[in-house]
This record gives sequence, C-alpha cells and structure tokens, in this order.
Amino acid sequence: MAEALPLITRKSRAAPSTLLRVVAYSATRLGALFLTVVVGIYLTILIANMGGYVDVIKRAEIREQVGISVSFDPVMQRLPPEERQKRIAELVALEEQNLGLDRPFLARTVVYLRDAIQLRLGFAERMTSDTGSRLVRNVILDRLPPTLLLFVSAQILLFFASVFFALALSRRYGSFLDQAVIALAPTSAPPAWFYGIFLILIFAALLRILPFGGMVQAPPPESAVRYALSVLRHMILPMLALFMTTIFLAIYSWRTFFLIFSSEDYVEVAKAKGLTSRAIERRYILRPTLPTIITSFALTLIGAWTGAIILETVFNWPGLGRALFQAIGLYDTPVIVGSTIIYAYLLAVTVFVLDIVYALIDPRVKVGQEGRG
Amino acid sequence: MSRALAELRHYPSALAGLGIIVLLVLMSIYAVLAIPYREAIRLWRGGETLWLDTPRNALPIWMTLFRPDLPRTIVVGSRGALRQEEDLGGGVRQVTLTLAFDYPYSQVPDELGLFLETEAVQRLPHAVLFWRPPDGSEIQLNEFTVDPHEVYRISADARLQRDLGGPPEAVLFTDAQNPSRVLRGRHQLIIKAFLFEKTSDMRARLVVYGKAHGLAGTDHLRRDLMIPLLWGAPIAMAFGLLAAVGSTLSTLIIAAVGVWYGRWVDGGIQRITEVNLILPGLPILILIGTLYSRSIWVILGVVILLGIFGAGIKTYRALFLQVKEAPYIEAARAYGAGSLRAVFTYMIPRAVPVLIPQFVTLIPTFVFLEASLAVLGLGDPVLPTWGKVIEDAYSKGALFSGHYYWVLEPAALLMLSGLGFTMLGFALDRIFNPRLREI
Repeated sequence: MAEALPLITRKSRAAPSTLLRVVAYSATRLGALFLTVVVGIYLTILIANMGGYVDVIKRAEIREQVGISVSFDPVMQRLPPEERQKRIAELVALEEQNLGLDRPFLARTVVYLRDAIQLRLGFAERMTSDTGSRLVRNVILDRLPPTLLLFVSAQILLFFASVFFALALSRRYGSFLDQAVIALAPTSAPPAWFYGIFLILIFAALLRILPFGGMVQAPPPESAVRYALSVLRHMILPMLALFMTTIFLAIYSWRTFFLIFSSEDYVEVAKAKGLTSRAIERRYILRPTLPTIITSFALTLIGAWTGAIILETVFNWPGLGRALFQAIGLYDTPVIVGSTIIYAYLLAVTVFVLDIVYALIDPRVKVGQEGRG
Repeated sequence: MSRALAELRHYPSALAGLGIIVLLVLMSIYAVLAIPYREAIRLWRGGETLWLDTPRNALPIWMTLFRPDLPRTIVVGSRGALRQEEDLGGGVRQVTLTLAFDYPYSQVPDELGLFLETEAVQRLPHAVLFWRPPDGSEIQLNEFTVDPHEVYRISADARLQRDLGGPPEAVLFTDAQNPSRVLRGRHQLIIKAFLFEKTSDMRARLVVYGKAHGLAGTDHLRRDLMIPLLWGAPIAMAFGLLAAVGSTLSTLIIAAVGVWYGRWVDGGIQRITEVNLILPGLPILILIGTLYSRSIWVILGVVILLGIFGAGIKTYRALFLQVKEAPYIEAARAYGAGSLRAVFTYMIPRAVPVLIPQFVTLIPTFVFLEASLAVLGLGDPVLPTWGKVIEDAYSKGALFSGHYYWVLEPAALLMLSGLGFTMLGFALDRIFNPRLREI
C-alpha cells in the first residue's frame, strides 16, 4: 500500500508519521495489554474465589472500615454497647449489599475484579507494611522497590553483558572460549535460588567474606554513601546467582543467532564493500536481530520476576517475593491473592515497556507495516 | 530417527547426558523396588519412634574416608550382657545389668540414649545407673522409676549436665585431668534395677550415637536421608516427564489446530497465549498450594494447564504456517483428507524435530519447579522429595550450622538431573536443526 502513495505525500508526512505510528502502536498495545491484564486478574480472582476466599477478604475489609468509621462517630460513641453492636451489624449488612456480596458468584467476581484493578486489595490478616499499615496494597507496594532494584539492575547488566559477549564470540567462533560457552550452556537449567544456595555456602558460610543475606547490615549505617555501599555488598551474591542461571545460555543462543545472520547475503555484500567489522556488526547483524533479542529478553525477565520469590527467600532480600513467602507461612490469604495480582501487573508492565522499546527498534512499526496478529 | 540417534555418538555431552539419565532411571527403579511406596511413606512420615537408633544430623558414612576418627553408632543390648540377680527378700530382687562396649574413636560420641523395657503389673521397677569409663572411676548418672517403655536421653538430662559440669557425653568420654583426651577402651553402663514383683523383668538398650550414619547421613528427625534421596528420583522423573509431555503435546496440537483453521480460531488462540504470558505462574501455583491442595498431582495438573498456552505456541505456529503451504498438504486436501487427518498425520509429525529437543530441555524446568515449590514449603505433604530435604535443611539453618551434606546431596542430584536432560536436549537440538549444526 505504501507503494501506491504518491512520492510527495510520503515525503511530507515522513517525520511526524514515524512518531505518530510509534505512539499509535504503543496505544493499541497498551489497550490490548490492559485487556489482557483484566482477563489475567479475573482468572486469578476466579481461582482464589472458588473456595470463597475473596469473599472472606471482602467481608473482613467491610467490617474493618465500618469499625473505623464507627469509632470516629461521636453519635455512635454515646450509644449503649448493645445498641452500637446492632448498628454496626446493620451497617456491615448494608455495605455488603452495596458491594454485592449477596449476589451470585459470577456477579460478585466482577465486583472484585473492579476492586482488584484499582488495587483495592483489602486488609492483611497478619502482616503489616513497614509504616504499620495493614492495607494489602501498602504491604505489597512497600516491598516493591527492593525487588525492582535487584532485578532490574541484574537484568540490564545481564542483557548488555550477554549481547556483547555473544558478539565477541560470533567473531571468532570455534575458539576455545566459544567451545567453553557451548559446553557451559546446560548450566542454565537450575534456577537462580539453586545457585544462591551454593554461593551462600561458599562465600558466606565457608569463606565468610560476604553476608548470608538481607539488604543492609544491621544496624543500617547512618551516612547515605555507606548505606548504598552496604546494599551493594548485599547485592553481590543474589546478582551473581541470577547471572549464573542465565548468562551462558543467553550468550550461547545469541551467538548462534548472530552467526546465522552473519551468513546472510547482505552481510557478505557489506564485507565485500570493505566495511569495518564494527560497522557490519552494528548495521547488518545487530540491527535486524534486535527485535528478536528484545522478545527473548522479555521472556527471561518474566521468568525472573516469578523466580524472584524463592531467590529473595533464600537471600532474605526484603522484596515482593519474600513478602509472598512470609504470607504463605502466616497463611495470610489477602496478601497471597494481592501479590498474585501485583505480579500480573508487573508482568504486563514488563511486556509493555519492552513493547515500546520494540516499537522504537523494529523498522516495520516505524514504516507502518506491522503484521496484525 | 535412527539416524539421529546414531549421530548422538558424535556428541560427548549428549552421551554424558544420556548416561546421567540412565543412571537416574536405574536409581528410580531401584528405589521403587527396594523400598515400596507405602514403606517409604511410613519411614519418612512415621515419626521419631521409627528412628530411635540413628543419630541426629549425622554425616554420611563415606565421610569417614576423609575423617577416619568420626565415631559410629554403637548399640549395646542387654540380651548378651552380664546379668546378676540377687534376692533381697520381701519379694524384692536386685538385677544388675552391665552393658559394656569398646569405644575405639578419638572423638566423643554425639549423644547417649538408654531405652528400657519393663514388665510389671502394679509396682514399676526402680533403677540406679552408673557409668564406668576405662580409667576405672565410677559416676552415678541418675535413678528413677522405670516406665514400661522408658526412654532416658542421658545427653539431654539437664541435672546430670549441671552435676558433671558439662555435656554428659563429653565428660563421660574424656579424661577428667585432660578434657581433650578421649577415653578409648571399655566403657560400662551398670544398671541396678530393683524389681518388686515376681514376674517383673527389664531389658535395656544403650545407644552411643555416632557422627556418621548411612550412605547419605541423617536429618534433624534422625531419618536416614537415603529414603528421600532415592525416592526423590522417581518422583522428580515422573513429575518432569508428565508435565513436559502434557504441556508440549497439548501446545503442539493447539498450535496445529489454530493454524489449520486460521481466522478466529487462530486469533483466539493467540489472544489466550498473550493472557497466559502475563499470568504469574508460580504465584498462582502458590495460591493453589496454600488455598486448595498441595498434592503433587493437583500441582501437576495446574502446571500442565498453565503450560498449554505457553510461549511454545508462537514457535510452533511459525513452523506450521510454513508447513500448511507445503505441496503435500495441498495434495492431501485434493484427495479429500479431512481436517483431523491433515492436522494429526500431516502437520504434527513435521514438528517432531523441533519438539523433541524442546521436550527434553523442558523436563528439568519442571523438576526444578517441583523443588522450588517444596522449598517454599508447598511440597507434597507425604512424599519424600529432594526439594523437601532442601527445605528441611534450609529451615533448620543447615548452612549456618555447617551441615553442608544435608543441602549438597539433594542439590547435587537436582543438578545432575538438570544437566543430564539439558545436555542431551542441546545436542538433539543441533542434530535435528541442521542450521545450528553447521555452526
């Protein structure tokens, strides 16, 4: 269809349309992803409410809120205790009716879905956030920054390290280093926590040079610089564990990928033209393979998020995963259901961010020839 | 197919992987035959009464190769022991049991325990205990009325510990002047029992717990770790294999059906895959594990369900889109082959070369998933698995207290099965996908 357009209109539109197309692409993707998140959260709620667990969470939330509003109401304070209890029961019943708790199962889950999308996740039964709040949202969101700190920095480092290593290896394939990476690729089968146990054993238990776990030393240092250094020191082992579980497989698969692309005809032509190997790598190998690299990066990142639960537990890292682990131990259902929902959001955000990166990189999106479906 | 298998010989890593898998399969068969299912569950969940004679947190026996002075468990029963009987008159008899044993090790034992069995109708016997180390001294341990099944844990007697001024097993087995010198030679436990009834009798068993036991050592509940290590193999293999078969086969069929019918079927499948991609798998498994059931079979079912619309659909779809346009499919259509026939006999077999390596590399993912759930405390409530051992070890602080074998043994087995399947899978990938082979 682009060929059918007159040359002039194409030229005059070129600059704004690139931005427009990227924005339009991102908007459609955002819309599609939002729908996906809604469906995903709905499924989570369906699973959780099959045994009526969400109902229980909601009832507890209503009672809590009614209790708070009554304790601040001077009129209610003056009533005799029996009368007050009756009023509270009435209020609770009214609120439950308002929320639709008396309606059938499917209608109820739709109400819960609306609440879950707005992150109204109810009250935790036993856990509290660092600020003492018992709202599940606060309990979970308080723990998000440590998780983001650890995983985002590890994944970004991993991404660049493996791409550069892979490029270097594809330049001299068959070398000893190349063979070694191929031989080491199967070490990616165990998850990060598994390597974590070994790393703790070696560096914390035997050599005693790095901490067993946690995020900062206790008591936390006063000065900001020392605090940051202590956090960095505690990050070494979990990051190393994350590296060990992905790096060799990532290098191996990307090296293979680059090698396949470097045998394409246009690369041969570029070589014949006498371009430098750096230019060939950048323009003719890295450029066409980037979309695929981004997609596979997205998949590993998604895997890493859920893997975080055990890695954080093993390293005592005070993040989202450990909160979920503690919730399992305390049987705190609202937190478990809430964490699952937050994880669904987190995965969707990951997919979306990488989608935008994808849109910026993939020429098909810019030119407007993206395949639908 | 047979050509591909023949080609495996050229890949040393594939052979190593295959060797590991064969080893694990043999181990599984041995486990199932040697310790039947019910017996394994009974031994694993039967409680501490089944494991009276084994030491707590003992090292594996092969550690004695590196540390020859590790004491082993010594059990002395009253059956062959010296027994003297004396009538004190008034229906009271004094029975003196001397439980003697040679202690050859240069380390003190881990623990001392005495198990007494008595028969009495009304009045229970009374016993006074003395310890006679090789240096000729005599120490009174305790005296008490003996219950029908009395368990006297000498090491855990707080009063004795105070009187002796240290842990009993250390004081009784070392020289009083030089506490670093272990008293080797003949130790004796003398039980003076007063029996008040004619038919009364007493049997005794002294257990001097060592620091090494069995091929795999023991855990905090004195259970032999050989049971979960052996039984972990068939469970891990079965879980990994079933989950991999279930999810890859269903994924393959769905991808083929979607491509064959196209349009909204294909679109619908694609949308479901996208939803599934953002469904947090492990948290959902945790949700189900905490709220509904921890049974390994329920978890297996959910794992397969979550895996049906996995990322694999995209790979297979790309492949099937090419296959669908192949001339032989057109020929099949021309002679009037039905959709089912086309999908199952013409399309799906074409994906087998892609499927097999993926399938083999998927197995360890599920093996580790099962272990991960166990480490989170959501393992199967009855089955002894590798993950459960790691969880026990981890929650009891095995790494802090130096019980490294406890973590390392199940971890090594997990690692072996992980490496075995992936090494084979990677080699198969290179064999079946010639584009990779050239490189």
